[in-house]
Amino acid sequence: MKRLFSALLLVAIVGLGLFWWLTRPIMAVTGAQAAALEQGGDAGRGELVFNAGGCASCHATPGQPDRKRLGGGLQLKTAFGTFVAPNISPSQADGIGSWKTADLANAMLRGVSPDGAHYYPAFPYTTYAHAKPEDVRDLMAYLRTLPSVDGKAPAHELSFPFSFRRGIGLWKTVFLDTTPIRDEPGKSAEWNRGRYLVDALGHCAECHSPRNPAGGIVAAQRYAGGPDAEGRGWVPNITAKGIGSWSKGDVSELLATGFTPEYDSVGSSMADVVRNTGALPKADRDAMAEYLKSLPAVDGPPRPPKKD
Amino acid sequence: MIRGILVAGALVAGLSTVSAVMAQSDPITERQQAMKGLSQAARAPGAMLKGEAPFDLATVQTTLKTFADTAKAGPALFPDNSKTGHDTAALPAVWTNKADFNMQFAKFGEAAVAAQASIKDEASFKANFPNVLKTCGGCHETYRAKKS
Repeated sequence: MKRLFSALLLVAIVGLGLFWWLTRPIMAVTGAQAAALEQGGDAGRGELVFNAGGCASCHATPGQPDRKRLGGGLQLKTAFGTFVAPNISPSQADGIGSWKTADLANAMLRGVSPDGAHYYPAFPYTTYAHAKPEDVRDLMAYLRTLPSVDGKAPAHELSFPFSFRRGIGLWKTVFLDTTPIRDEPGKSAEWNRGRYLVDALGHCAECHSPRNPAGGIVAAQRYAGGPDAEGRGWVPNITAKGIGSWSKGDVSELLATGFTPEYDSVGSSMADVVRNTGALPKADRDAMAEYLKSLPAVDGPPRPPKKD
Repeated sequence: MIRGILVAGALVAGLSTVSAVMAQSDPITERQQAMKGLSQAARAPGAMLKGEAPFDLATVQTTLKTFADTAKAGPALFPDNSKTGHDTAALPAVWTNKADFNMQFAKFGEAAVAAQASIKDEASFKANFPNVLKTCGGCHETYRAKKS
């Protein structure tokens, strides 16, 4: 009896240890690499990264027009609960004013906070994980030029088990791919630039793909659209299945002005996405269009019948 | 007896006519048509903006009149009993922020009327027409669901 108890205890301890090991936060940069990132950031280039990454869409304080006041507070209501975007302004007390560039790199490239906690993937580090550390360095230089905004954003409101942060480590072992995007030699420079903007910064797939019950993107239906995670509506399929009849110029035009070739104007959060892409150089919008137009046709999840 | 059947038949026929008329003047269908009308009206000037079609002042003015008229009619197309059905993409915020929602239509109308006065040639068209188009997104952002 005593031996059985000891054996069970041992199994429990090993299991717990294994779980703890599997869910450990993994940093992107440490040591000398982290120190090197602190040097040579270019705020001008960082502004482009800021716009391509769409930071303001979630982090700008809602209800005021200045997209450079990053006080946070925007709510994302999902099936898992309500996520609230944090303050990422240079405020020392309430924002990320005390962060090193390496802290931003670990947050964006691995979803890990400076004190080693996991971020929820409502913050699209699953996309940013493919970005270049130099882009994070430039972005940090830009963020430091923005106004400091006081006040912490409220905490997320999540139910158990989603409220248990450590568990995200397990989620990451399945859904976080940290492979950097490298240029494909057979493709044009424009296509490769577009792919980087779309797949490493723009995080188009985060909304334009269906998700499984664990909240991970269904890889086979990437970019094929699906139900709106924030509620009512249907996110369009942006593979050739959805925009096959569009020209590259049509796609680029939508990213500049928000108008489809039929002169419908995009709604909901896409209207704000256009504020980001509209601030990019036209060559970058064209590159994004070049890449998006190359996505092979994929059927999305079936749409519920129209209700009268 | 026969008269009773006839009367009943006439009533049913009458009622179905009424309901057919009701369906036609259903506010959701009506506003969906109105929005479609706006996008159709925008296409020709849109092509001119992109340099895909030659500038034509009369066409632009017709479009602006459609914009101004629809903006005026807009708020009445979202009555309280039209929150759901017909696959509407109108979000509940339309009715919870009614004053702001109506103001968006007013802004759109003002922009269209201002452009009617200011657009006289191709240069003033290229300078002013985009400002009218910009007002579309402002309203869709808050009040329209994602939709493909």
